[in-house]
Amino acid sequence: MSILKMTALELGRKIRSGDITVPEATQAVLERIRTQEPAIHAYVTVDEEGALKRAAQVQARIQDRTLVSPLAGVPVAVKDNLCTKGLRTTCGSNILYNFAPTYTAEAVLNLEKAGAVVLGKTNMDEFAMGSTTETSAFGVTRNPRNTDHVPGGSSGGSCAAVAAGECFYALGSDTGGSIRQPSAFCGVTGIKPTYGTVSRYGLIAYGSSLDQVGPVAKNVSDCAAVLEAIASYDKKDSTSIPRKDLDFTSALVDDVKGMKIGIPRDYLGEGLDHEVREGVMRAAGVLKDRGAVVEEFDLSLVEYAIPAYYVIASAEASSNLSRFDGVKYGLRAKEYEGLHQMYKKSRSEGFGPEVKRRIMLGSFVLSSGYYDAYYLKALRTKALIKQAFDKAFRDYDVILGPAAPTTAPKLGESLKDPLKMYLGDIYTVSVNLAGIPAMTVPCGTDSGGLPIGLQLMGDCFQEKKIIRAAYTFEQTDREGI
Amino acid sequence: MANIITDETIDYVGILAKLELSREEKEAAKNDMSRMLDYIDKLNQLDTTQVEPMSHVFSMNNVFREDVVTNGDDRDNILKNAPEQKEGAFKVPKTVE
Repeated sequence: MSILKMTALELGRKIRSGDITVPEATQAVLERIRTQEPAIHAYVTVDEEGALKRAAQVQARIQDRTLVSPLAGVPVAVKDNLCTKGLRTTCGSNILYNFAPTYTAEAVLNLEKAGAVVLGKTNMDEFAMGSTTETSAFGVTRNPRNTDHVPGGSSGGSCAAVAAGECFYALGSDTGGSIRQPSAFCGVTGIKPTYGTVSRYGLIAYGSSLDQVGPVAKNVSDCAAVLEAIASYDKKDSTSIPRKDLDFTSALVDDVKGMKIGIPRDYLGEGLDHEVREGVMRAAGVLKDRGAVVEEFDLSLVEYAIPAYYVIASAEASSNLSRFDGVKYGLRAKEYEGLHQMYKKSRSEGFGPEVKRRIMLGSFVLSSGYYDAYYLKALRTKALIKQAFDKAFRDYDVILGPAAPTTAPKLGESLKDPLKMYLGDIYTVSVNLAGIPAMTVPCGTDSGGLPIGLQLMGDCFQEKKIIRAAYTFEQTDREGI
Repeated sequence: MANIITDETIDYVGILAKLELSREEKEAAKNDMSRMLDYIDKLNQLDTTQVEPMSHVFSMNNVFREDVVTNGDDRDNILKNAPEQKEGAFKVPKTVE
């Protein structure tokens, strides 16, 4: 089998058995990047030199058996909002066009401890604000399945890199669907873990109460293994949660007999493309045939998730992004009069339109006179949405639905109407508001050959249930095809 | 549109957001914001009078730790990212006469 066709775990095994060396695997994937990037542009920065140097070091440590992790030596791509010491980290924004962090994000450090080789930094919507990767200041990323289409966003570069074989797995982040929706559009697998499971230390913040780092990979097993490697309790992230059940690969069990799966009727109504619906219902049928109890139910409040999300995320963004002021790092305007104008000009030149739109909205909803009516109202709505999920998970182990209402749109079609683009997040944002884990697995293609993503949601800390359901579906569906 | 955003409001929000918008950007911002607020007003359909605002999904208390320095002095590396620096400090335009 060609190296590039291997999953992360398959490559890891070959490396440990001595059949493939880490420099060989790294060279192979760097060559793939060279041939694919002109068409895809999944990366903002490729660190060829660093990756090769690291590959040699890791190889030596595998040989003397000081590195034994299943992912040791496997090359990874990292979303460009995760800080990497000495390696440019732009967040897809001009305001950080030359920023070289002085420390590495905890999730990336955890991977490095496991022997990962970082290939480079993947493209993303500016500050993770967008659903297409078209708001990046460094140009669009194209969907490897059809380059006329977007890869989704905001982790579009990470998902495209995995789909195009330009890495063996990647890290993304998910604030309102930014791992799950591009995974669906690119036909790859991604997990947004329970809030607090993966440290946010070194993740450049967008909506802090919603942001989570998670894996993007070729299949469910790789995803579980990567999540196991990156999840950790971290004192440097005050929302980090100590958990004892981080052995996610133990949930790779090909059996769902008796598992109760609910499909929200609210996720199947108006706005859902009929081919996506058919793909998702077919997947539900596969799990039912394997012995799961599958039924439809009313989740309720689905239509309120997007307005609540955009108030909360924008409010937090307006606060988080105040640190970009042209003083400590990044872009400073060339001409200005005095300190205050330097702030304003640097920010206005550095941020793109979508980021400005959300900072403006966020500043407005937090301003005196509007705080109660908008911000607190959104937080009350969030509490109701959380209650609706709590109620659903009393009856079901897993909630199943689509990841997005359509397959990947064409490039250039989404940014004209921001509100319409936001509505595409309808099936993903409530997961972030409720803090629960969810994952996307591919479940077929539409008549145009574009991938359809199945979304599986679990109650807080129940990643293992969705991994088990996803693994069973993947194993069964693969045999079926 | 139910929510009319005035020039004064956009100017005020621009001050809060520390953004200097061009005339075209201001017009676009007025339109975008009023459309978003019209949409967000949907939340008023929900009766939330008995619901407490939920800022965090888990009932977390403040997380305290001893205030002990654990990282080394990385000043020189940190300053390398600064657009302008002087004598080991960030350089900014003169702010006090």
